[in-house]
Amino acid sequence: MDWLNAIVQGILLGGLYALYGTGLSLIFGVMRIVNLAHGDFIVLAAYLSLVVTQIAGLSPFATILAVVPLLFVFGYVLQKTVLNRALTGNLLPPVVITFGISIILQNALQLIFSPNSQGLDAGSLETASIQLGRLNIGWVPFITLITAIVVLAILQLFLTRTALGRAFRATSDNPGIAELMGINSRQIYGIALGLSLAIVALAGILLGIRTNFAPAEGPARLLFAFETVIIGGLGNLWGTLIGGIILGIAQVIGASFNPGWFQLAGHVVTLLVLAFLPSGLFPRTREL
Amino acid sequence: MRSLLYTPERRIAVIGFLVAAVLISMASWGEIRTMSLLIEFFYLLALSQLWNLLAGYAGLVSVGQQAWIGIGGYALLVMADDFGIPLGLAFLLVGVVAALLSYPAAKLLFRLRGGYYAIGTWVVSEVFYLLISGSTSWSGGGLGRSLQAARFIQPPAMRITLVYVIAVVLAIGSIALVYYLMRSRLGLGLTAIRDSEMGAASLGVNVNKLKLFVYVVCAAGTAIVGALIYLNALNIIPKAAFSVNWTAYMIFMVVIGGIGTIEGPIFGTIVFFLLRQYLSDFGEWSLIILGCAAVIIMLVAPQGLWGIIRGRSQIELFPVRRKLSPNFEKSE
Repeated sequence: MDWLNAIVQGILLGGLYALYGTGLSLIFGVMRIVNLAHGDFIVLAAYLSLVVTQIAGLSPFATILAVVPLLFVFGYVLQKTVLNRALTGNLLPPVVITFGISIILQNALQLIFSPNSQGLDAGSLETASIQLGRLNIGWVPFITLITAIVVLAILQLFLTRTALGRAFRATSDNPGIAELMGINSRQIYGIALGLSLAIVALAGILLGIRTNFAPAEGPARLLFAFETVIIGGLGNLWGTLIGGIILGIAQVIGASFNPGWFQLAGHVVTLLVLAFLPSGLFPRTREL
Repeated sequence: MRSLLYTPERRIAVIGFLVAAVLISMASWGEIRTMSLLIEFFYLLALSQLWNLLAGYAGLVSVGQQAWIGIGGYALLVMADDFGIPLGLAFLLVGVVAALLSYPAAKLLFRLRGGYYAIGTWVVSEVFYLLISGSTSWSGGGLGRSLQAARFIQPPAMRITLVYVIAVVLAIGSIALVYYLMRSRLGLGLTAIRDSEMGAASLGVNVNKLKLFVYVVCAAGTAIVGALIYLNALNIIPKAAFSVNWTAYMIFMVVIGGIGTIEGPIFGTIVFFLLRQYLSDFGEWSLIILGCAAVIIMLVAPQGLWGIIRGRSQIELFPVRRKLSPNFEKSE
């Protein structure tokens, strides 16, 4: 087997997983809840992009301008109206509510778009690739990886250099004291879920351009996001990128032995990390 | 007679045996159609009790219990058909197999907390699913396979009657398990963990050991119910056996009825079962409606339907709460 090619393809795939994982770990970092509907929002974004391309006749890349703000607003409203009420310190309500949303979204998408898989049509770019010796680097995976790096860099600048970012970190450390300093933590939570879903929107559109998607595929995306975060280390921003890359490489190598081992290899690597490095490869240096 | 009814434990045991006797006697006079409908009700009841024990009492909110349904179904098939173990013995061994598999799984999963623990249980379930669906000799591939050993139970009505009796025993057994566990020393420890894990640990409750025990018991119990489900259905497909919908049903039943009580899941199962009968023609809509119901109840009345009823009337069918006796308060 071609190890070099497998590793390069795995790294490119890791870019997509880093986008999945960033959204999941952002809200966990700020409000300590895990969004079990995360994967279904990724699939929802792909479908929204499909609808926009069909109505407006835009390229899928252009739909980013519509779908990203739309999901930001959706996340903000969802947090303000539903999830903020579930933050009682008890872990049960957020798990049950986000799991319920996941089941509702999956079935609603199936009802509207049928269970069949569909794809976003980005024209010739979809199959275009850069030839580097015997390596074949697809443009879409390459753009995805670059997007992930840019998103992580912007997020880091946002968290460390802006007043709002500082409010995020303060709320993460101790919401009670942050409120004494005049920060409205409920508002911060709303913006956090909005940002998380905005990143999810990017990931969903890039996923849709890259491969076909179906309503039932949300849970698998959630598991990839989770594995990315666990491998990279909870709460470590750049660890998410490395986690995604390791997951991607594991899956590509697994699939090269047996196509059925694509997901299994990722799960096994995650469980091994959990067994031997329970805080991930890059343990948290701070909360966000 | 008075001494037999002296403590709540004994009263409930007597009532439980009477209810079980009436339900089991139905095997001789009930219609097959009614019994096959009730089989589904009783296995759902057992599943909701077990998920409630796990999430409501031990705080292990799992979304991966479908792992043990699938393991139960496949363990029964492989042992009975491939290894030639007598069906009855295979059925009992299913629990042992699941317990042995759940122990290492729990060791890994307990490194995760809260929501990440929940997703971790899902990953474990996916690993079992991928391993079983990847091996065509065991799983029969995507088409699944059917339980050959059950063909020797003739006529078919006889098998349904047998499955019905086992389903009644499992449902009542799961209620008894939760009830007597919660009234025991272990139950006191679990209640303490539910209220404050750190507080419980500081008073000498071995938190991890107790949670491990509950996890393994629930895995084994769910697997036995899984074996029953496929003794009833006869045909098993990996995708359906390991479907997350199983856990969705468990969560919806428990949350709608009221989590952390024994009565709640019973009510929840009745409501869920009736809703599903009426909504079965609506396909995807039925799960959308059930999902909305669970979300709304969690937001508006987290104690569920039973919590609303108990709040008004203060009745308890299965008293497992510990109260100060009036005499004790007087002496203070």
